[in-house]
Amino acid sequence: MSSSSLLAGLRSPAPALLVAIRIAVFTACLAPALLLANEWFAMRLGANPIEAVTHATGDWALRMLLITLAVTPLRRFTGLHWLIRLRRMLGLFAFFYASLHFAAYVWLDLYFDWGAIALDILERPFITVGFAAFVLMIPLAITSTQGAMRRMGGQRWQALHRSVYGIAILAVVHYWWLVKADIREPLIYALILAALLGVRAWWREQERRRQLAAIPGSPSFKGKVIRIVPK
Amino acid sequence: RKLEPLLPSEFSTDEGLTEIESVTSYNNFYEFGTGKTDPMTHAHKMQVRPWTVSVEGLAARARTFDIEDLLRIAPLEERIYRLRCVEAWSMVIPWVGFPLSALLKEVEPLGSAKYVEFVTHYDPEIMNRRPIIDWPYTEGLRIDEAMHPLTILSVGLYGQVLPNQNGAPIRLVVPWKYGFKSAKSIVTIRLTENEPATAWNKAAPQEYGFYSNVNPEVRHPRWTQATERRIGELRRRPTLMFNGYGDQVAHLYQGMDLKTFY
Repeated sequence: MSSSSLLAGLRSPAPALLVAIRIAVFTACLAPALLLANEWFAMRLGANPIEAVTHATGDWALRMLLITLAVTPLRRFTGLHWLIRLRRMLGLFAFFYASLHFAAYVWLDLYFDWGAIALDILERPFITVGFAAFVLMIPLAITSTQGAMRRMGGQRWQALHRSVYGIAILAVVHYWWLVKADIREPLIYALILAALLGVRAWWREQERRRQLAAIPGSPSFKGKVIRIVPK
Repeated sequence: RKLEPLLPSEFSTDEGLTEIESVTSYNNFYEFGTGKTDPMTHAHKMQVRPWTVSVEGLAARARTFDIEDLLRIAPLEERIYRLRCVEAWSMVIPWVGFPLSALLKEVEPLGSAKYVEFVTHYDPEIMNRRPIIDWPYTEGLRIDEAMHPLTILSVGLYGQVLPNQNGAPIRLVVPWKYGFKSAKSIVTIRLTENEPATAWNKAAPQEYGFYSNVNPEVRHPRWTQATERRIGELRRRPTLMFNGYGDQVAHLYQGMDLKTFY
């Protein structure tokens, strides 16, 4: 295959190739959970395995969230428009790892001590924001199907799903407030998130200027607006 | 290297010991990194011989001790203590050591000495250079806490010399306080009139007080202190006031509001 036809194949992959890509991405997203489960049962998670599971699932929830938010910029920069067809799966994996993280905390760590859990959520800001991020993900997961999108209508669905930006901010704040002194790792996540949100803000500004420059009501303007963010 | 003979101690608990693999692989020793296994990986770079400890400040016979002399200050005892970390995990560790009071008596503290400050080894060549906390790590005790028979200087665990990651060659162990009070790899012990600044109190005063007695009723701002996970166990257990050493130490704090002096 020549490089140009390879590029063409990548730009609009055949349905069979797209299925293969989806399977590969699914496997890659599931792998951390399987490896973690394996380490758990092989008792290779060190002196405090519960802490190790809690931290690993939290890390992956945050990573999947950022990967999901990277789809749109990646798609615009590369022109690989089919990337959008991976986004729901990536978002659901973010929810999957967030659920495991929450389960590790409620089940493994506090063993359903609801009094202690309620106190944590009410009184400890880092848990409050982490819990809020998790709860806010639930409606997004529920409405992730084609059917739900149809029933809600594109506008409303999109408005709801924009809360993912807030969720990602809460998730980074949750990590930041958790660490005792060494903020290097949360800082890396915060910078990536800032870049992902920053590029969207920049596009929005470009679009606003473009629309201002266009003559209102002119036929060349109408229908060409790419709605990146709400007006 | 084995340390012997070891005297048994009436202060030892008969609770099950935490496995030595956990005691030596799950450590907070931020000079070697903030990950729990970082100290195990990096602490070998620290040279623990020769080593001296300067005992200075308000004492009639203040002087510097060689580590070999410190090992002969008093008979070595095995002290099996609970260790409660402020992060809500705990261990049971068979320390080897001698009462800190034995060393302090050697230098004859003056009446004006009200506090004891501990300064730990800091070598930027082999240790963390990022200002996570204000290096070198310092800790402090009130003089009566320092003279208390439960307070020891430890030189070993499990009958062996102290592994570097556990604070070789000599460290403090104060079993009724959160683990960070028990400073590792000590180089200076200073008798002072005023309450010394302590590393974690400087880093986050609202979270770590000077006293930092184990206290299930004083909430840490970010997690519960009412329960703890004993390393090696899956379920949490209730945290005991003064880490279960209340009978021996509660009188030290009579009349003090431990929510104010946390």
